[in-house]
Amino acid sequence: MIKVENLTKRYAGQSAIKDLNFEVGQGEIMGFLGPNGAGKTTTMRILAGFMPPTSGRATIAGFDVFSQSLQARARLGYMPENVPLYNDMRVNEYLVYRAALKSVPSRRVAERVGDVKELCGLKEVEKQLIGTLSKGYRQRVGLADALLHEPDLLILDEPTIGLDPNQIRQVRELIKNLGKQHTILLSTHILPEVEMTCSRVIIIHKGRIEACDTPDNLLGKIRQAGGVVVEAKTASDNGAEELKKIPGVRNVMTAVDGEWKIFSLRVESGLDVREQIFRLATDRHWAVRELTQRRATLEDVFVELTHPDLV
Amino acid sequence: MHKFYTLLVREVRSYFHSPIAYVVLIFFLLVAGVDFYFQVSFMNQRQVQYTVQEAFFNSVFFWFAFVLIFPLITMRLFAEEFKLGTIEPLMTAPVRDWQVVLGKFFGALVFYLVLWIPTLLYFAIFLRITHEPAAHSVGAYLGSYLMLLLLGMFYLSIGCLTSVLTKNQIIAAVISFCTITLLFFLGLVQYILLDVSSATRDLLGYFSAIEHMVTFSRGVIDTRPIVFYVSMTIVLLILTHQAFQSRKWRL
Repeated sequence: MIKVENLTKRYAGQSAIKDLNFEVGQGEIMGFLGPNGAGKTTTMRILAGFMPPTSGRATIAGFDVFSQSLQARARLGYMPENVPLYNDMRVNEYLVYRAALKSVPSRRVAERVGDVKELCGLKEVEKQLIGTLSKGYRQRVGLADALLHEPDLLILDEPTIGLDPNQIRQVRELIKNLGKQHTILLSTHILPEVEMTCSRVIIIHKGRIEACDTPDNLLGKIRQAGGVVVEAKTASDNGAEELKKIPGVRNVMTAVDGEWKIFSLRVESGLDVREQIFRLATDRHWAVRELTQRRATLEDVFVELTHPDLV
Repeated sequence: MHKFYTLLVREVRSYFHSPIAYVVLIFFLLVAGVDFYFQVSFMNQRQVQYTVQEAFFNSVFFWFAFVLIFPLITMRLFAEEFKLGTIEPLMTAPVRDWQVVLGKFFGALVFYLVLWIPTLLYFAIFLRITHEPAAHSVGAYLGSYLMLLLLGMFYLSIGCLTSVLTKNQIIAAVISFCTITLLFFLGLVQYILLDVSSATRDLLGYFSAIEHMVTFSRGVIDTRPIVFYVSMTIVLLILTHQAFQSRKWRL
C-alpha cells in the first residue's frame, strides 16, 4: 500500500528525515513511533502529498505521491496533527463540503456523511459550529473527514493527542475496527496504544528508522528484556549481594519500605530466574511477599533505541 | 469543474459566515449612499454638464471607499488558511492548485459584485421620485458597471497575490492597499508633474483607472482598457498560482 524508498527531507540545511525505507502492506495497522521532532509529521506530510521530499520516492497504491499526487491523494484519508478546521462552519456543512471536494458522487454524499457521523459519534453535534467544539470532538471531525471517501489508506498524525482517557479508548477502538477494512499508518508517542492496536511498528529517531517489526518481535529483541521484582524481609542479609550471584541477573536496585526491601532485578532476556530466587529465599529464611516477572514493554524498547543513557 | 464550484461556494459562504462581510457591506453602502445624496444635492443647486450617474461614479468619495474594499475582501483568502493550518487538509484532498486559486478569486469576485447590487436601487429610486433617468442612456449604466467589474477583477487579483505571499492578513492588506492606491491614482500624476513629457503623460493616462471610469460612465466602451484589465488579471492570477505552488518548496 505504501512504499517508501530512500526518502529524505532537508529544511534549511538540516535533515528532518534521512534515507527512510519501509513498506506498509494492505490491511496492516502500522504504528509510527518516535520522540518529538523525530520526523514523523514530516514523513506523513510527504506521504499525504502536502510537501515534496528533497530526494527519494514514495508511492501509495502504486502512485507516486509527487508526480501522481492527485491519484495518490484520492486514495488516502489524512488527518493532520492538531486537526486544523474551519471554525466558522457547522459540522454537517463541513463534512458535506469535504465530501464534494473528495469526489464523493453527489447522490452518495448524504449517505457517506451520515455513516461517518454515526461511526465517529458526531450525531449530537452535527449542527454545531466547529469553533465551539471541544478538542475531542474536533479530533473526531478530523477522523470523520479522513473516512468520507472510503479511502484504502488512512494516515493519522497523533489521533489521540489531547484527548482524555475515555476518549483515547474510544478512538483506539475505532481505529482497531477501521483496521479491518483500511490500511492505517498512525503516529503517536503513547506506547500502550501501539501495543494494543498496531500489527507492526516503526521506531524513528533523528530522522532515521531505528527498528521496524511487530511489537512482539521488538520486545524479544531488546537486550534487557525482562525484570523481576522481589519484595522480601532479608533479616541480616544485604539481599542485593546474594541476588546478584544468581546466573543471568545483570544488576539489582534496592528500595526500602519499612522493614521490607524492594529489589528490582534486570535479567538477561529469555531467562526465568524466579525459581532460583525462591530457593535462595527459603535457604536464607527470607520472608517474601512479592515475586513478579515484569514483562518488558514497548516503552523499554523505545527508550533503549532513542535514549540509551536512560536504560 | 465540480470541485472548482465546491470551493467557490465555500469561499462565498465563508464571507457571510464572518462579520467582515456585513461590516464591509454596511459601511460601503453608507459611503456610497452619502455620495449619491451629495451629488444629487450639489446638482440641485447649480447647472452642470454631467449626469447624476456620471457624478456618482466619478467622485472623490467614491474612489476613497472603492480602493479600501479590495484589501478587506482579499486579505484573508490565503493568509488565513496558512495561519490556521487549514491549508493542510485542503491541499491533501484531491484538488488541483489552480482550482483553489480560481475558487478563491471568483469567490471574492462574487462577494464584490454582491456589494454593488444595492447601488442599482439608487438609480431606480431616483427615477421613481424625479421621473427623470439618472443617465442619458442605458449604455452609460452598462459602461459604469462594466468598468467596476474590470477594475474589480484587476484589484482583486492583486489582493489574491499579496494574500498568497504571507500568512499575516495585516501584511497582505497593507501591501495590496498601497499597490492598489498607487495604481488607481497613477493617472493623477499627469496633473501633478507638469514638467514630464507628453509621451509619459499619455502612457500614465493609459493606466489611469480614473480616466477609464470617466470614459466608460459616459457610455463609451473603449476596448483598450478591457484588454488591459482582463490581461493584467490573468497575469496576476498566473503569478498567484505560481506563488501558491512555491509554498511546497518554502516549507
